[in-house]
Amino acid sequence: MSEPQGARPRRVISGRNIMLYGTLFVAATYYLLPLYVMIVTSLKGMPEIRLGNIFAPPLEITFEPWVKAWATACTGLNCDGLSRGFWNSVRITVPSTIFSIAVASVNGYALANWRFKGADFFFSILIVGAFIPYQVMIYPIVIVLRDIGIYGTLSGLILVHCIFGMPILTLLFRNYFASLPVELFKAARIDGAGFWQIFLRIMLPMSLPIFVVAIILQITGIWNDFLFGVVFTRPEYYPMTVQLNNIVNSVQGVKEYNVNMAATILTGLVPLVVYFVSGRLFVRGIAAGAVKG
Amino acid sequence: MTGHAKAGRPNQVLRNLNSKIASIPMILTAVVIFFGGTIWTVVYSFTNSKLLPRLSFVGLDQYYRLWAAPRWVVSIENLAVYGIFSLIFSLVIGFVLAALMDQKIRFENTFRTIFLYPFALSFIVTGLVWQWLLNPEFGIQSVVRSLGWTSFTFDPLYTPSIVIYGVLIAALWQGTGLVMCLMLAGLRGIDEDIWKAARVDGIPMWKTYLFIVIPMMRPVFITTLVIIASGIVKVYDLVVAQTSGGPGIASEVPAKYVYDYMFQAQNLGQGFAASTMMLVTVAIVIIPWAYLEFGGGRNRV
Repeated sequence: MSEPQGARPRRVISGRNIMLYGTLFVAATYYLLPLYVMIVTSLKGMPEIRLGNIFAPPLEITFEPWVKAWATACTGLNCDGLSRGFWNSVRITVPSTIFSIAVASVNGYALANWRFKGADFFFSILIVGAFIPYQVMIYPIVIVLRDIGIYGTLSGLILVHCIFGMPILTLLFRNYFASLPVELFKAARIDGAGFWQIFLRIMLPMSLPIFVVAIILQITGIWNDFLFGVVFTRPEYYPMTVQLNNIVNSVQGVKEYNVNMAATILTGLVPLVVYFVSGRLFVRGIAAGAVKG
Repeated sequence: MTGHAKAGRPNQVLRNLNSKIASIPMILTAVVIFFGGTIWTVVYSFTNSKLLPRLSFVGLDQYYRLWAAPRWVVSIENLAVYGIFSLIFSLVIGFVLAALMDQKIRFENTFRTIFLYPFALSFIVTGLVWQWLLNPEFGIQSVVRSLGWTSFTFDPLYTPSIVIYGVLIAALWQGTGLVMCLMLAGLRGIDEDIWKAARVDGIPMWKTYLFIVIPMMRPVFITTLVIIASGIVKVYDLVVAQTSGGPGIASEVPAKYVYDYMFQAQNLGQGFAASTMMLVTVAIVIIPWAYLEFGGGRNRV
């Protein structure tokens, strides 16, 4: 899609190309530098950090900061490292992802194929709600969760993730199901299939791609969440992001920059793996999810 | 698709019953949480709730107090500066990168992967990395000084007047990759013939971009604007991780003000008033766009 050039062969080294690749390389450096610095810092000992510069590669590679970040770094009274936060995040992310997608896919299906009177009205509220800042709804949700007795627990937080994931996921599924050929649906109706049968036997098998997009969106979004983790859970259930922030920004004690950077990488690892594994689908997922909230 | 159930069933409520049952979670979320919760917060923002919410109305008192609080005013100023600059820079950087990527370059996938990976990371991770890079004792400032330029000063996170730009640098690092991807998709959607026609007419490339391509990409720009704008209003984690609102109150933002008053200072009325102000901002800026973009047509996103 560059400019049409007729049959003239392109020269590899030209002023234009040097500018083009030069700019791209400079930009790539800006994006890569923080990752590089994180890795390098996490492999150094504290004396080396105090003396050297942050861009220098480690003279003596040590994995001790990683071990410490994972197993013994302290937040408040707890000194069991990020491992606790990691497992909390797993226990939050897995059920949240499954429940929110299960509910939203059925919602989207109902909206696309079985519209009832008023359905679009509720859906509009849902979509407009996605743009309301979380801060406006947080306190009422605290009250609701407290009343049903799950405030401060993992289940409470899981419910919150399902609620706030619903608008965008429902939209995603509704649009996808609406784009499938109507004839399929009609044929199944004529054959006597009902609401759930059509969903399970026809819609689900055809919608693997959109499920993958939704899973990527939810895993990265929920894993990276901070605000809900702080508001809706107690310290023993804090997700990894909250625990990481507490470890790094704790006021007391000597700052161990190498441990901090190892901890930071560990926290970023899960979404990064999802990103590298899922490739192009990731872009679709996040492009949809960026609208969330 | 909606007509199939219309044929002469007597009971309106039972019609499409499965669909209605399946929609209960959505209806509850929409009505109780989104609608009810918002109204609740707005109503209680007119009360003098402190530790617990209670319905003793004091009119606009909380709002007067809010706008008289230096911390809130600083938050709003920060949000304005952060918002304007991040809109401009995200769009410009994102578009330029996308235009460069669109030149049939080699290693396109590698470059795209590099530009986008920060977006996979949370704001907490982003904030902590940039806190480290901008640390004056060890970070960029100290490295440049050790190269011999001893008077070099670059410590935005420790200088109240420019701290918000330090936050901005990190935010752009995290978010421009996504903007680039959206813009690139938009550019790829433009017909090759447009380029050929412009070429034939002898229109320089930059003019083609500015006067033909960008106007054609209007829907992409609107989508991107909505995404960036809704991100701006809720900026919270990044500030918490990078500066904790400091030095002093220099990098406070509205979302943090709300959280601190609701859950730390136990001054609920202030928290509700501040969050209602956030709601008003969003309503004015985003909802009309959002409706046009996402509510109107199907098959978007």
